[in-house]
Amino acid sequence: MKVKGNNFSLDSTDIKILEILQEDARQTYTTIGKRLGIAHSTVYDRIKRMEKYGVIKKYTTLIDAEKAGVKTITAIMTIIADPKESEHVAEKLCKMPQITEVYTSLSEELQIIAKVTAESQETLHEFIATAVAPLPGVLRIRTSIVTKKFKETQPLIINDPKKVNTNREPK
Amino acid sequence: MKNETEVKALKTVPKEKAFYFFTSIGNYTGESASSLKEFMEKINEVNVKSLEFHLYRGDFEKWINEILEDGELAAEVRQLQKTNLTGEALRHQLYETISRRVKNLMCHISSYET
Repeated sequence: MKVKGNNFSLDSTDIKILEILQEDARQTYTTIGKRLGIAHSTVYDRIKRMEKYGVIKKYTTLIDAEKAGVKTITAIMTIIADPKESEHVAEKLCKMPQITEVYTSLSEELQIIAKVTAESQETLHEFIATAVAPLPGVLRIRTSIVTKKFKETQPLIINDPKKVNTNREPK
Repeated sequence: MKNETEVKALKTVPKEKAFYFFTSIGNYTGESASSLKEFMEKINEVNVKSLEFHLYRGDFEKWINEILEDGELAAEVRQLQKTNLTGEALRHQLYETISRRVKNLMCHISSYET
């Protein structure tokens, strides 16, 4: 698996290390090494290299807001935007702390899909009415409020050996 | 000299202070109004669900009072909530209320100018 923009590839061991880190990023190099049957120093080298090339972007914490006592609602906004302005709209949405994810999608019309969190339906509406609707290029907005969350995880890398380039390029 | 209240009520406000028409929480119709005259025109154009949504939340009176600074019209719009009107009857009554106010304001301004 070639790393975009860099002159090196991920092999099956790298992929396995990433999968283990996605389960729990606090595991030690020794634990990971034991699980994969390789030396902890090898795990260390590979992780450092993946950090250096941006394959591993950061280590963060998944918080269960409900258990933490924080009452929030989540909504998915679908914004129909003028194609000439869509990049600007998406960039501005990215700067808003209430918005946690932003995507563009092309179906019949150009759409921007964004995930929003707010304290209540009222604050959600206020935010969309005062901060999103007035953005130049926003034509219409459809919002769906999430009523129940069934799953939320980080996407796993598909560890398909046929797709993995095991012929590593020399350092 | 023009009366300040009438001039304020008929002013055009910047985009960030315009009224944005929604049909429900977070569902923006794409229609907005930056002045009372434009607001009056949009009443006849937007989905009637939007009028029901905003009237009974108090959004219209809030915008008219806080942004256009027309307390008199805001009070009239607030009274409409008590009628429990919906659908086209609401559209008609709201349009009547706003258009009557626009005409009055225009008349006042013309009389100051002459």
